[in-house]
Amino acid sequence: MRSDYAVVGKRIPKLDAPDKVTGRTVYADDLKMSGLLTGAIKRSPHPHARILSVDVSAAEALPGVYAVIHAGNVTQRPFGFGHDNIPLKDRVARCVGDEVAAVAAVDAATAQRALDLIRVDYELLPAVDDPFEALQPGAPRIHDELDIEGNVSMEWNFQTGDLAEAEQRSAVIVSGSYSSPQAAPAPIETHVVIAGFDADGDLEVISPVHMVFMYRKELADCLGLDWRRITVRQPPVGGSFGGKIDIDAHDFIAVMLARAARRPVKLAMSREEEFTGTRTRQPIHFRLRTGAAADGTLLFRHAEVVSDNGAYNAWGSHALLVAMNTVTSMYRVGTSRLAAKVVYTNKNYGGSVRGFGNPQATFAVEQQMEELADVLGMDPMDLRLKNANRPGDVTPQGLEITSCGLSECLETVRRKSGWDQRRGRMRRQHRGLGAAAYVHVGGGARIYGSDGCGAMIKIDDSGRVALISGSSELGQGSETALAMIVAETLGVPLEAVSVSHDDTDVKPWDVGVHASRTTFVAGNAARMAAAKARDELLEGAAEVLDRPARSLTIRDGVISVPGEPTATLRYEKAVRRRLLREGSSIIMTSAFYDPPTQRQDENYVGNISASYGFGAHVAEIEVDPDTGMVRVLGLWAAHDVGRAINPMSCEGQIEGGAVMGVGLALSEELPVEDGRFPAPNLHDYGMPTTMDAPPIDVTLIETADELGPFGAKGIGEGGIILPPAAIANAVADAVGVRPRSYPIRPWKLRRWIETGERSHVDKHPHPVPDENAR
Amino acid sequence: MRISITVNGDPVVQPVDPSDTLLSVLREQLHLIGTKWGCLTGDCGACTVIVDGRSVVSCLQTVGQIDGADITTIEGIAGRGRMMNDLQEAFVTHGAAQCGFCTPGMVVAAEQLLRDGVEPDGAAIREGLAGNLCRCTGYSKIIDAVLSVALARME
Repeated sequence: MRSDYAVVGKRIPKLDAPDKVTGRTVYADDLKMSGLLTGAIKRSPHPHARILSVDVSAAEALPGVYAVIHAGNVTQRPFGFGHDNIPLKDRVARCVGDEVAAVAAVDAATAQRALDLIRVDYELLPAVDDPFEALQPGAPRIHDELDIEGNVSMEWNFQTGDLAEAEQRSAVIVSGSYSSPQAAPAPIETHVVIAGFDADGDLEVISPVHMVFMYRKELADCLGLDWRRITVRQPPVGGSFGGKIDIDAHDFIAVMLARAARRPVKLAMSREEEFTGTRTRQPIHFRLRTGAAADGTLLFRHAEVVSDNGAYNAWGSHALLVAMNTVTSMYRVGTSRLAAKVVYTNKNYGGSVRGFGNPQATFAVEQQMEELADVLGMDPMDLRLKNANRPGDVTPQGLEITSCGLSECLETVRRKSGWDQRRGRMRRQHRGLGAAAYVHVGGGARIYGSDGCGAMIKIDDSGRVALISGSSELGQGSETALAMIVAETLGVPLEAVSVSHDDTDVKPWDVGVHASRTTFVAGNAARMAAAKARDELLEGAAEVLDRPARSLTIRDGVISVPGEPTATLRYEKAVRRRLLREGSSIIMTSAFYDPPTQRQDENYVGNISASYGFGAHVAEIEVDPDTGMVRVLGLWAAHDVGRAINPMSCEGQIEGGAVMGVGLALSEELPVEDGRFPAPNLHDYGMPTTMDAPPIDVTLIETADELGPFGAKGIGEGGIILPPAAIANAVADAVGVRPRSYPIRPWKLRRWIETGERSHVDKHPHPVPDENAR
Repeated sequence: MRISITVNGDPVVQPVDPSDTLLSVLREQLHLIGTKWGCLTGDCGACTVIVDGRSVVSCLQTVGQIDGADITTIEGIAGRGRMMNDLQEAFVTHGAAQCGFCTPGMVVAAEQLLRDGVEPDGAAIREGLAGNLCRCTGYSKIIDAVLSVALARME
């Protein structure tokens, strides 16, 4: 593989890092503007209640209050999938935290006093927080305005092959139920939105939401605004992890407050609101069966799935899209079936949190791989390698596997962890090793008509190269990767390149930052625009050097003719030569890249991504047998990144994702009691600290994807997918019981150890001795 | 009340409500917005500043109790005439900042840890930074950055 790049592949510090380490970076909550008011939201304290009346008269009378809004005095339309949500709830509150009224006031203290003066009369309704109860006949109807049965808001069904025949052929069938908790993306920066109209009536919204063009459209659709007159600006984002993809009720409310108050309004979520009023990771419950031939060849996978998606359908309702890919396409599985229900419950609802259904699905699929291996008497790594996806495969859902380093990832973590020498041999020390691997979209994800992204490049008279990208930076390092791609393609020094991506008035269209797509999709757009700029540069230089443009090369900003050491020209001079003359021109290029992919059809078949990312982890854990406490001693992570544009950023994504995954596996959870989160704070939530984060050994596997920019594939989500499965497998290795749900809390593990939770084997390759007979 | 404090080496006399938090005085009154907030309950550490040689979560520190104190915020960590000190440079070169929102508090906490003479050892540094949450990095590169400075400063 080519390695003579000037910039690509180097460990480049993030361009935004110096400002971040010195406190100079200005986030949404740091922004001030003249006349800015403080907004605050009155939320339902009840999980399910009819709103009988909202009395705002006392709040309106409070000095310093500029606007008090509720469903009765605003114009708003439903939003969300199936239009099942509305910013200010008009009839019914369906979860604790539902927005009922809002105020804008001169300061936070006045806003809070005004909230306290709003009187809402509720009629309490029976609530349901368990999805299986919600499915029962006679369960409370959460959306009685919708024509649906049993609180099922969506169904996702896929099947291929003859399941009965595959069962018949299987020598082994293992089955089991696997559950995941409600969890939170929990960025350190909470959601903050600032909205204001100028005197002409144009709306400016400042928000860290990172699907800005869809956001603009949804604002317009819901509030009846002209979307040509909305500008969305995105300041640096203090972390998202998918939590800032969805437009939330508070975004609309900020605009409605600004409209009512005739002043700009800032709404900053408190930490409690971040947990209760912004999107979470939905619990997904799997009943999974996997069958294999006696030699370990996978023959089928069959999943029945219930997604506990909460009170409304935001993007979280679509997490099954990714979970389905894992069930049907992780390893060569052949016959597969998935029947999933997305169920309403009276809880905070699901969003598109990093990994988007994949950690939940992989927890089931990859535990079952090791359960299957145990029954077959095979090494789980051998079983995985035997069934590993390979380049050229087309999976049952039509995913076209091109570059694929899955086997190399598995072999790497196997070797580095000492798997063959140590797995199954540390039980006396209550230690164990467990593995897991994933497939995840790595070349965009066509979930919308276009999966495209635009890029524009201009080179000014100084030689400064400005990339204006449709995409945005959330901290993950995409801005630096894009600058590196431009510098490499143009042949100019990285210091000459700047990246702008914060303003819908300036930047070209993009779907948004999600699905690990930015380096791939925005990177390709940037590469294409840069290639055009390079052509123009060389054409300009050709005139000066009196050589054909196609004979010129450019590196580190020097344009030269191979074989003629004296015939050189600085690229800045080439730009100025074309500018400073009659009939002048300046270099401005643009490109729009939409990956060659398909939206999946009504049967969920279609090549949704232009490439797929793969990875494998091995976790080493130790169980304290007295307390049931699990400690992660080490994590080996190998990820097929196609090509590491910036290895340091790739490692950062993997390490950060993996520690989020360790949090999911062992501690992160928003338990619900009586429809409420009893402890919506960072003390109780269980986010890993420095003391919980294990050492992580990262290996980047480079497979040079044919469509990725310089071969790169997405890596933003890969790290988080595997720890719950790998750690559960390691627990099984250490203490011989199967974690059926995560987080694997000490008291749960102690109970499982006491009850002896084992694998369920429905069909065994050889006769099982009847234990009762012995 | 009126408090007299030193902030990043500058004398500051400021009328305050004694129950105001140091965080709000820094951000709202002194316009030192480098100090961030993530929870206002002392759990995340994003608002960490140095008060009289101790790391303090400024969201829980009321100003009525710190009249006369010497305070260093992220804006003062590098010292006068410098953009960055060695620790900040190490954060940059090690890739220890991603979204950057925890970073000011993390840098301040780490600086105080180094000034307190933390053992140049990953485990000791992890223990010393246990009060500062980072959601992006998984901490590895932060620990590496601080460790590199701990070793360099010993020389």
